[in-house]
Amino acid sequence: MKKLKIKKSMLSHLLPGLTSLTKRGLAGWLVIFGAILVIAVIVMTALSPWIAPHDPSALTVGPRLSPPSTQFPFGTDDLGRDMLSRVISGGGVMLQVAILSVIVCLIIGVPLGLFSSHTGGVIDRFISLIMDSVYAFPGFILAIAFTVVLGRGVINMALSIAVVYVPSYFRIIRSQVLSIKEMSYIEAANAAGARKRTVLLRYILPNVVPSIAVVATVNFADAILTAAGLTFIGMGVPVNIPDWGWDLTNGRNLLPSGAWWVITFPGLMIILLALGFTLMGEGLSELLSPKLEE
Amino acid sequence: MTLRTYIISRILLTIPMIFILLTTVFLVMRVLPGDPVMLHFEKMENPEAMALMRTRLGLDKPLLFQYFDYVIGLFRGDLGLSMQDYSPVAQQIFSAFPATLELAICSMIIAVLIGIFLGVESSKAYNRPKDQLIRVFGIVTYAIPVFFLGMILQMIFGVGLHWLPVGGRIYPAMEPTGLSIPLSLPPGGFITHFLLSSLAGLFLLGVYFAVAKVKHKKLSRKDYIISLALFVTGWLLWAGIGWYCISNGGIRVATGLFTIDSLLEGNLYKFGLTLKYLFLPSLTLGLVLCGIFIRITRSNMLETLRLDFVTAAKARGLKESTVTYGYALRNAFLPVLTMMGLQFAMLLAGAVLTETTFSWPGLGRYLIDRINFRDYTAIQGTVVVFGILVSIVSLAIDLLYAYLDPRIRL
Repeated sequence: MKKLKIKKSMLSHLLPGLTSLTKRGLAGWLVIFGAILVIAVIVMTALSPWIAPHDPSALTVGPRLSPPSTQFPFGTDDLGRDMLSRVISGGGVMLQVAILSVIVCLIIGVPLGLFSSHTGGVIDRFISLIMDSVYAFPGFILAIAFTVVLGRGVINMALSIAVVYVPSYFRIIRSQVLSIKEMSYIEAANAAGARKRTVLLRYILPNVVPSIAVVATVNFADAILTAAGLTFIGMGVPVNIPDWGWDLTNGRNLLPSGAWWVITFPGLMIILLALGFTLMGEGLSELLSPKLEE
Repeated sequence: MTLRTYIISRILLTIPMIFILLTTVFLVMRVLPGDPVMLHFEKMENPEAMALMRTRLGLDKPLLFQYFDYVIGLFRGDLGLSMQDYSPVAQQIFSAFPATLELAICSMIIAVLIGIFLGVESSKAYNRPKDQLIRVFGIVTYAIPVFFLGMILQMIFGVGLHWLPVGGRIYPAMEPTGLSIPLSLPPGGFITHFLLSSLAGLFLLGVYFAVAKVKHKKLSRKDYIISLALFVTGWLLWAGIGWYCISNGGIRVATGLFTIDSLLEGNLYKFGLTLKYLFLPSLTLGLVLCGIFIRITRSNMLETLRLDFVTAAKARGLKESTVTYGYALRNAFLPVLTMMGLQFAMLLAGAVLTETTFSWPGLGRYLIDRINFRDYTAIQGTVVVFGILVSIVSLAIDLLYAYLDPRIRL
């Protein structure tokens, strides 16, 4: 019963924002456009077994390194694989890594931030210090270190990226909770004798949700770029799964031959996907902090 | 809070952060799954070699001892021995560092220049199509994988147009040597050398006398004592440094930054060549990083351009470029400076990928090479160095910021 109520209050908070997006100027359109990009890529990847003209991993479908033509619109790579099919189906790994890492971050970062900021005192300081240290560290290098130790694979990549990103969630939640805690309606709730847990989950959490959404979109974009980077330096998933990042790695060795199509199309797909999330994040954060609007 | 207490508390805060960082890296590298030696050998077919490596690297000791070894070694600048060839990791990192530093400095300059220029232009055209275009460009830079941009630039300017080299830093035969002046003992040997040293001492003494004469008119006993001390210092400095240079065969200054070294050498051809190799990697990294500078410049310029002093400057009939770049930008620059510090971590992370793309022989490439060899001591050392670099730079930027902007201390 209680859970249902929380959900309802969160929804009622978000819905008016969603319906009036088009009336909010550039920021609203950024969110819509970003969401369309992301959904398009996700749908394309999900439907790839049916819409890809060839098997993305099948060798010598066409001649080796043939430039874009009517038969192979995106050309073929050095093993004669159809680049169009590889582009259509190559987003799976990245999407999985991104989604998994965001889920892990939400599971760890949100409760930790709420707990730490609500408890206060020495525990809060200690956790904050650790989070700040991790936050200050170059994220990609930390992710490399973790993947080196954990080994390759989707879950390990997602975990490495999550470790880097938990501090971002923690920091934003902590700063928000600390400022919300001082507001008079929280004071009123406390004075009315509401339980600590009720105050935290029903009165504070719904107001933090929008900020979490912003961090999550940035996290998505960054997770995709990090996953691509990890694959590029050879720490990604095994070779036989079609993946944009891996196509770029492969294309790097083909650079001297001038095969621009092997890197261009997968690279553009990575940009589109990351751009979708980035646009959403930009729009959302602008909608939430209308500082320079007049 | 005074400036001094701020500096002290900021430095004190950095120390636990570095310790947490060191400990985290150590724990990640040692504790997670098994030990690094096992991972290095992959297949455990050679127990003797593994035992030998454990002893040589000190990995057979208890974990707590290893931790102390590691921390104490760090303070002495010792990062352990490489698993690949048992050579000191610190030395290898030290020799790879200048390449990364040069790349980092150049990309930061490019990023800040592009960012400030576009940010100012954007703020001047507030909400007009030019502004929207620049903002979208800034957002797109966030979404570009740095290595993809690098490869596209390689493809266009290297493979396609043959204007710039595809990768590498410079070919080894053309590496600039830096300043080098051969020196030997002057005719007459040591006696002349020491006499020359006395001249240096006398010079310092003379300068002090002249200054003191002008200032106090009359020389006191204190002045004589100081001048004597100056004479001895000058003598010792000249004799010592001169002796050091002569025994090394001359004066040699090499920074490892090829741009500076080639200028010190006075070889403009090498300087041009260095820039040619440096240009594409720095442009790549600079373009990827410039988005944040566009945004921060734009938003701060928008706030500054509304202030009264800008209107006043315009009313006085100053040129528009003077008002924006000379007056407003000066006030909007502090946040850019802070952002430079914050972006340093991003810069290093981007450098790892850029160096791999362009075969640039810096720290990032070293890290990736060592990952391929499963050289865990080297990986650990490089990661620690990256972390310490970032903490020191952010500390430096914070202190600089506090010095420039007194509000932060309040």
